[in-house]
Amino acid sequence: MTPTDPVRTGLLTRDDEHDLTRMLEPDGTRRADAELDPWIADLDVSRLTELYTDLAVVRALDAQGVALQRQGEVGLWPPLTGQEAAQVGSARALRADDYVFASYREMGVAWARGVAPVGLVIEWRGAAASGWVPAEHNLAVPQIIIGAQSLHATGWAMGAAWDGADSAAIAYFGDGATSEGDVNEALVFAASFQAPVVFFCQNNHWAISEPVTLQSRQPLARRADGFGMPGIRVDGNDLLAVMAVTRRALDRARRGDGPTFIEAVTYRMGPHTTADDPTRYRAADEIESWRERDPLARLLAHLGALGADIEAVERDAKVVADAATTEMREACRAIPQPEPMSVFDHIYAEPNSHLERQRDRYARYLAMFDDGAGAQGEEAAR
Amino acid sequence: MTTMTLGKALNSGLRRALAADDRVVLMGEDIGDLGGVFRITDGLKAEFGANRVVDTPLSEAGIIGTAVGLAYRGFRPVVEIQFDGFIYPGFDQIVAQVAKLHFRTRGTVKMPITIRVPFGGGIGAAEHHSESPEAYFAHTAGLRVVVCSNPQDAFVMIQQAIASDDPVLFFEPKRRYHMKGEVDEQASLADQKPMGLATVAMPGDDVTLVTYGALVQTARDAATAAAEEGVSIEVIDLRSLAPMDVRTIEQSVRRTGRLVVTHEAGEQGGVGAELVARVAESCFEYLEAAPVRVTGHDIPYPPAKLEQHHVPDLDRILDGVDRALGRPNSLSGVEA
Repeated sequence: MTPTDPVRTGLLTRDDEHDLTRMLEPDGTRRADAELDPWIADLDVSRLTELYTDLAVVRALDAQGVALQRQGEVGLWPPLTGQEAAQVGSARALRADDYVFASYREMGVAWARGVAPVGLVIEWRGAAASGWVPAEHNLAVPQIIIGAQSLHATGWAMGAAWDGADSAAIAYFGDGATSEGDVNEALVFAASFQAPVVFFCQNNHWAISEPVTLQSRQPLARRADGFGMPGIRVDGNDLLAVMAVTRRALDRARRGDGPTFIEAVTYRMGPHTTADDPTRYRAADEIESWRERDPLARLLAHLGALGADIEAVERDAKVVADAATTEMREACRAIPQPEPMSVFDHIYAEPNSHLERQRDRYARYLAMFDDGAGAQGEEAAR
Repeated sequence: MTTMTLGKALNSGLRRALAADDRVVLMGEDIGDLGGVFRITDGLKAEFGANRVVDTPLSEAGIIGTAVGLAYRGFRPVVEIQFDGFIYPGFDQIVAQVAKLHFRTRGTVKMPITIRVPFGGGIGAAEHHSESPEAYFAHTAGLRVVVCSNPQDAFVMIQQAIASDDPVLFFEPKRRYHMKGEVDEQASLADQKPMGLATVAMPGDDVTLVTYGALVQTARDAATAAAEEGVSIEVIDLRSLAPMDVRTIEQSVRRTGRLVVTHEAGEQGGVGAELVARVAESCFEYLEAAPVRVTGHDIPYPPAKLEQHHVPDLDRILDGVDRALGRPNSLSGVEA
């Protein structure tokens, strides 16, 4: 990477693309970092154990989501395994009053924002258009249009600044999204207005079947320089480093110093979604090489080095994870068939004569059946 | 009552909205110091400041997408799309985000975004500056689409659009920005006709002529000309394309038995097609003749020297009226 004068540009970028910002080696060894160490000085064994539990829960929920899809309980699931540290590390850096705008793959972020397990599956089951109330978690509904949420985060952040608040927004998106106009336009707006927003790009190396090299011929973090904001490339499988750089970026935003672009270098271990077959486009040894950088094993090894009883940590985390996955499975299967007439709800905030006419007509149609809406509901469920 | 242009009436309505609610913010290209390329936002930045009247980067998706985020935060953004043909880069944010987020969040997130679009031709502009894209948005659930046609409506409807908790595509007939009319600036907003309802612009008995935007004045001129020949045309200003106030049109058609719809946009899949279908469904037995559409051709908007052959004018509208009346017309004796 070309050295850039950090004083002139405010860049936080580390200068060697082969040397990501990293605080934990793959074997769990802690790497001292004078600049970043203060940002995670509060993470004692107890707190790290909680964070490890988060990772384990998120991985288990992800596995459960895949299983529920295979068993026909949900229509689709976009696995996140491999990206747990990127999601949990960044989301746990946020304050409650910060606002999150994420994509469909950030179930780990949603978990960290307090969304109940049923909220993670109801949309994939096709029983609701979203799984939670945004204001309850300061978490926008997940975005399927690639990169669209980066603009929403930027607008929210502009508003926060105009309100004189010190809250920040964070936008999650993948490497593929960096090719979209919306992400580039969000970077322009954020830089122009010095909006308190953090762009958190999870470079998981694959946009369905397309490698990151098809999106960019250079490390994505370097693009930030062109937009006039700091860009930092962090090891996305290193929870400590992710949390440190995200906290620092949020602090920068709160101080009114503007946006930051974080590229968390990670890897999607599974398919893009359960509808995808990654063996058609990537080699098994590539996946194996990333298994050696597993974010859970790395944090666990670090806990061991700190003197924690890692067998107990793992065992306790599994208890929490098992409870969460059981809750998700049972809640998923208990989701009722939505009422037929609810398709007309909440389209408009105010009355709409055209839709009211359609609603009345369909209600009359349903009423022709002896068992009314029930027969229609069962039909739809089949 | 004050006499002012349609453009000035919009400016006055925007000023009222900014003063009434400090969560209203205006965003767009060149709307600050310049006051917009049509001067609709003239003086507002000086009055309300750069955080209320915001000059943005040149990015339609950026303007509308950030407005979504602002709405998440409780603002009421009013965005200006500089010209009709520039709205397409923001189309995804409008139809996939703005239109759907109230539904997706089960009503817990409101998108009270007003998207102002100067639209239509007749000003001899360059390409992409004379388009009528309204039907794209009228087809999208979750959006309201309204069009003002005179200064009083412009003043009132822009305030109603901003006050609405729904997203509103607000089309402004740019060729009528300089048209003058009486505006009651002191009138209470609560006493005004809702923006979702059509109005009878001129009463008449023989033919119902429905239109919106710039063509309302052309239709009035046509009705005045027809009256000299003893034909009484009722001109209806549709005002709201989505939802469409069919009841007002039905009441008229049941009386006149004849319907002509005119708009600048192309015929296929246009607002006129929807209107004719709705009237055919509900007033079939009242119709004395097949409904008639007088529209722009299904062509890209032509170069300025040819636009008079595309935009319906008084004579083309009267030809359509003649068709509805079974009088000699351009299609007489011609296979359809």
